[in-house]
Amino acid sequence: MTHLKKYWPLHLMVLPSLLFLIAFSYLPMAGIVMAFQDFKPRLGISGSKWVGLDNFRFLFEREDSMQVIWNTVVIAVLKLFFNLVAPFTFAIFLNEVRKDLFKRFVQTLVYLPHFLSWVILGGILLNVLSTDGGFINRILESIGIGPIFFLGDGNWFRVTVIVSDVWKEFGYGAIVFLAALANINPALYEAAEVDGASRWKQTLHITIPSIMPITIVVGTLALGNVLNAGFDQIFNLYNGLVYEKGDILDTFVYRIGILGGNMGFATAIGLFKSVISMVLIFVSYRIAYKWANYRIF
Amino acid sequence: MYHKTLSYRVFTVFNTIGLLLLSLACIIPLVHVLAVSFSAKSAADANLVNLWPVQFTLEAYKKTIDNPIFLHSLWVSVKRTVLGTSLTLLLAFMAAYPLAKENSDFKGRTIYSWIFVFAMVFNGGLVPFYMVIQKLHLMGSFWALVLPGAVNIYLTILMMNFFRGIPKELQEAAMIDGAGHFRTLFRIFLPVSMPAIATLGLFSIVFHWNSWFDGLLYTNSSDQYPLATFLQTVIIQRDLTSMSLDPASMALISQKTVNAAQIFIGALPVLLVYPFLQKFFVKGLVLGSVKE
Repeated sequence: MTHLKKYWPLHLMVLPSLLFLIAFSYLPMAGIVMAFQDFKPRLGISGSKWVGLDNFRFLFEREDSMQVIWNTVVIAVLKLFFNLVAPFTFAIFLNEVRKDLFKRFVQTLVYLPHFLSWVILGGILLNVLSTDGGFINRILESIGIGPIFFLGDGNWFRVTVIVSDVWKEFGYGAIVFLAALANINPALYEAAEVDGASRWKQTLHITIPSIMPITIVVGTLALGNVLNAGFDQIFNLYNGLVYEKGDILDTFVYRIGILGGNMGFATAIGLFKSVISMVLIFVSYRIAYKWANYRIF
Repeated sequence: MYHKTLSYRVFTVFNTIGLLLLSLACIIPLVHVLAVSFSAKSAADANLVNLWPVQFTLEAYKKTIDNPIFLHSLWVSVKRTVLGTSLTLLLAFMAAYPLAKENSDFKGRTIYSWIFVFAMVFNGGLVPFYMVIQKLHLMGSFWALVLPGAVNIYLTILMMNFFRGIPKELQEAAMIDGAGHFRTLFRIFLPVSMPAIATLGLFSIVFHWNSWFDGLLYTNSSDQYPLATFLQTVIIQRDLTSMSLDPASMALISQKTVNAAQIFIGALPVLLVYPFLQKFFVKGLVLGSVKE
């Protein structure tokens, strides 16, 4: 009682956020029971038939859903890899620039795409990648290549999705590496200089080892996204022609559940994704905490 | 000194050229679309436009502004961005204060922080979420664009980490003077938190302005769409019913140029806040991670 008397203002401050979380995060979690039902909206949760794990069995028996899981993992893992390597490399090259004005100019331009939504970027990409005289295909044709069906051919679609995602995010992703590079003790370089080490040797033996810890942390924390292939991007770029290679869990859930009305099955797919992602997140944070003493909350 | 060697100088030249090309690659698509938006229909349709307008005209922008559905979606976007950002900031500011306490100082903190973290790493998925919106009678309501995303856990954590950086003495002094927690929060913490609030506000503005999927899911008709959703349906799904064009004006202007104009108007607010955002976000990212 004395606890409440002393601390009620603190509880009151969290209360509004708590109510919102209950309504929009925890209430939907209760809806997960639909994953174990043949859910019919007009019968509701209490009236729909319980089907046990049938929906999950479908998930692993249906050819289309297995293909979707595979697409998701392929696209997501390639994105994770290149979204680590590209910012890392870019940061090291940018770090060699000694003119501050040029450095800031580059930074301003490369961070920008991160803040534009995939609707805007999707609109731009549809325009410049079009085979009907799009900007990129015009350039390719002038050097004797193409036209390439970037968004109409399954394999090219995957390439387009990965390249455009790296294009959007590499600059922003480099910020954390640039911060780490700025924190390297200059005395290390001075000592290497005295020993006659070339800049290449310095990069190899000082720069790269110095930013390895943060690279491992960033790479580990990204593991939670193995089933996140990027709904916004795929949804705004894909079309019926590339479903086979480009359809991912989130877009599949939307089409099956919201458009198709097969809500029990769609909930089961969503649950499958959420549980695996959560486990991966906990494991990766554990690792990051153990190895690099990284803590977020 | 390494940077005086010949090989390093050669490297610098190539490095500069490489970085220059890379950064241009990040904005050239946007520049191309801007050029198309200012070009005449015939030039755009014949694919003559590269990075500079051909036969400069404002026709596409005039057509865009004349479309009442476009204007209304712009208004919906402004409304949701202002209301959504204010609500997000208020909630994050208040919740961050108790969460910034040590577990030993505030017994409730442990459970609260788990509630926040769990909601961040786990979710019920799209379909149950959709059902909840329906059950709460938010379907077709403007508030479906504001309320579900009101608590931004990521921004709350940023705020919390900022509060942890405020010297304890400041707070203790206020307490000794007899100020309660609310007074301390709004009289002592608020003024010193302005830079952090500005950072979070900019992030939240960009987030709300860019959100399009909720508009597609929770509104019933195109006259309730926020701008991002309007653009998604017109440009990505090529749904021309909301373009309100009569055949005669259809012939006069190209869908290409109008689309380009709409894309650019949709990106404009983000481009406008971007310089301010850039000043802050590096700090914001650093705020996000505590190394101990």
